[in-house]
Amino acid sequence: MRQYLIRRLLASLVTLLGISVLVFGAIRLVPGDQITAQLGTEAGMLSDEQRASLERYYGLDRPVVEQYFSWLSNALQGNLGLSIRQGREVLPLILERFPVTLELAIFSIIIALMIGLPFGVLSALKRNTWLDLFGRIFSMLGLSIPNFLLGTLIIYVLSVGFGILPNSGDYVDFVENPLKNLEQLIFPAITMGFSFASSVMRMTRSAMLEVLNAEYIRTARSKGITERRVITNHALRNALIPVVTIIGVEFGYLLGGAFITEQIFALPGIGRLTINAINQREYALVQGVALFIVFNFVVINLLVDLIYSVIDPRVTYDR
Amino acid sequence: MTANMNTLQSESKTQSQSFWLRLLQDSSGRLGLILVVVFSITSLMGLFEITPYPVLEQHRIDRLKAPDEVYAMGTDQFGRDVLSRVMRGGANSLQVAVLSVAVSATLGTIIGIVSGYLGGNVDTILMRIMDILFAFPSLLLALLIVTIVGASLSSTITAITIVYTPIFARVARGPVLALKNAEFVVAARCLGATDLRIILFHVLPNMRTVLIVQVTLALSWALITEAGLSFLGLGTQPPDPSWGLMLSENRGLAEIAPWLIVFPGLAIMLTVLGFNLLGDGLRDILDPHLKAD
Repeated sequence: MRQYLIRRLLASLVTLLGISVLVFGAIRLVPGDQITAQLGTEAGMLSDEQRASLERYYGLDRPVVEQYFSWLSNALQGNLGLSIRQGREVLPLILERFPVTLELAIFSIIIALMIGLPFGVLSALKRNTWLDLFGRIFSMLGLSIPNFLLGTLIIYVLSVGFGILPNSGDYVDFVENPLKNLEQLIFPAITMGFSFASSVMRMTRSAMLEVLNAEYIRTARSKGITERRVITNHALRNALIPVVTIIGVEFGYLLGGAFITEQIFALPGIGRLTINAINQREYALVQGVALFIVFNFVVINLLVDLIYSVIDPRVTYDR
Repeated sequence: MTANMNTLQSESKTQSQSFWLRLLQDSSGRLGLILVVVFSITSLMGLFEITPYPVLEQHRIDRLKAPDEVYAMGTDQFGRDVLSRVMRGGANSLQVAVLSVAVSATLGTIIGIVSGYLGGNVDTILMRIMDILFAFPSLLLALLIVTIVGASLSSTITAITIVYTPIFARVARGPVLALKNAEFVVAARCLGATDLRIILFHVLPNMRTVLIVQVTLALSWALITEAGLSFLGLGTQPPDPSWGLMLSENRGLAEIAPWLIVFPGLAIMLTVLGFNLLGDGLRDILDPHLKAD
């Protein structure tokens, strides 16, 4: 186990290093020089001297490898550079927006589990009944409806049918006004949680079906344990193991994948920050956000793997 | 010998006949196939501009018309025919999806086979690279790529290709690991078959099933990614239509002209649903082991 831990940690470190090279290199590949790209037409107004001093400031006058290492060592110390347009450091900007995305992701997962788990279990238990059919149609639709379509439809139905505008007004913190905050987040969370609910449901259903055929279930039943206990204590517990994995992976994705939902519902999270940064060609910000999101993803995956080995003792990592 | 060949040929003919028959008997497969065929045909018509009206033609007096017998899906704020734009938009969306999945499937399969077959350091390095790409949420990676190369049809294709290549590499590598030590492969090697021959004639045919299912599912994801990029204004550029772009352009008009978002929305959903159902159906008939029930 310890050996596995070390190996897994090392692998994650290598992945993170590779990611940093990719994120760094990606921005260097932008055609033309960064200063012109960032300032747009305003770059024409720079004198040669000003341009040279900007280049020196950003370290663009040094060799690429040296630039990478100084960028990396800065990044490791939490210095992800400066956002030119906002005149602020990148990391505080990201951390300011992160709680919104985090809250949205947690909400979405809760909604997905509330819908996906019971439907998945029922679908498996009442296999080939109308309930199962309904559940399967629901999950198929959930997988096929893109979140920007669902979000648009939700806003449309709310505004036309009920005269409510879910994205009106400025965003309110949970600490400031929990009720208003929940009101603002519930529809975006449904938008993001819906398709995830479908995958949770499909996964739960197939895992349950598989487990229900297992011999230990037959043993449990033949021992005379009530069906209810067989389902909750024996079947569900084992069926949930693969579901935990996709929750973890999905959580990582949700933390970095709220671009569209945040855009539709005008939520000031990381996704919106990224899109704005891309549109305004704020490369340091794009770099910083990308690094932050992927870092989260890798760490969460690592944690999921570790949790997996704890909740499923059958999993051993000796090769 | 010739008789043998004939039997073989007719056998494979029956096999392919029974494949289509079984696909049509599977309820998911049938519905999926119908949806995919219908939308492919209308999109092809859009591609060759066989549309009720020219896609960019503006009928100024008929702006924001609700669906009627003249404009089956109504018109937008410039008086452009929505049906024609949905057809052309489908051509753009499907073109991106098909091209990017074709390239990523080929590239990913080659990487997966090489990695799994050769093993050792090559395997470690290739799979590490794939892991790195895999760690990026697909839309973020696509956004990064579009940031670098600028928004256009070809950059969307490049972005989606890079996003899906690691998935195919992983999917292809698994079976190769199992197959390379299978008895029939060892037998072929003993008979002096080269690595290339073994891969082409022994390994590849045996992973066909997994790949076909994966391609179908990847097409549905690629459609969603393309629509998402276009929705964010980073995919297909106006005035050229795409389903995602039509939705984002007309979002503000939904209240007064709901048909502007209903039809492109339905088109995306049904096409993605079609590929998902087809994928499920194919998996059920091609690979009984993977069947959920």
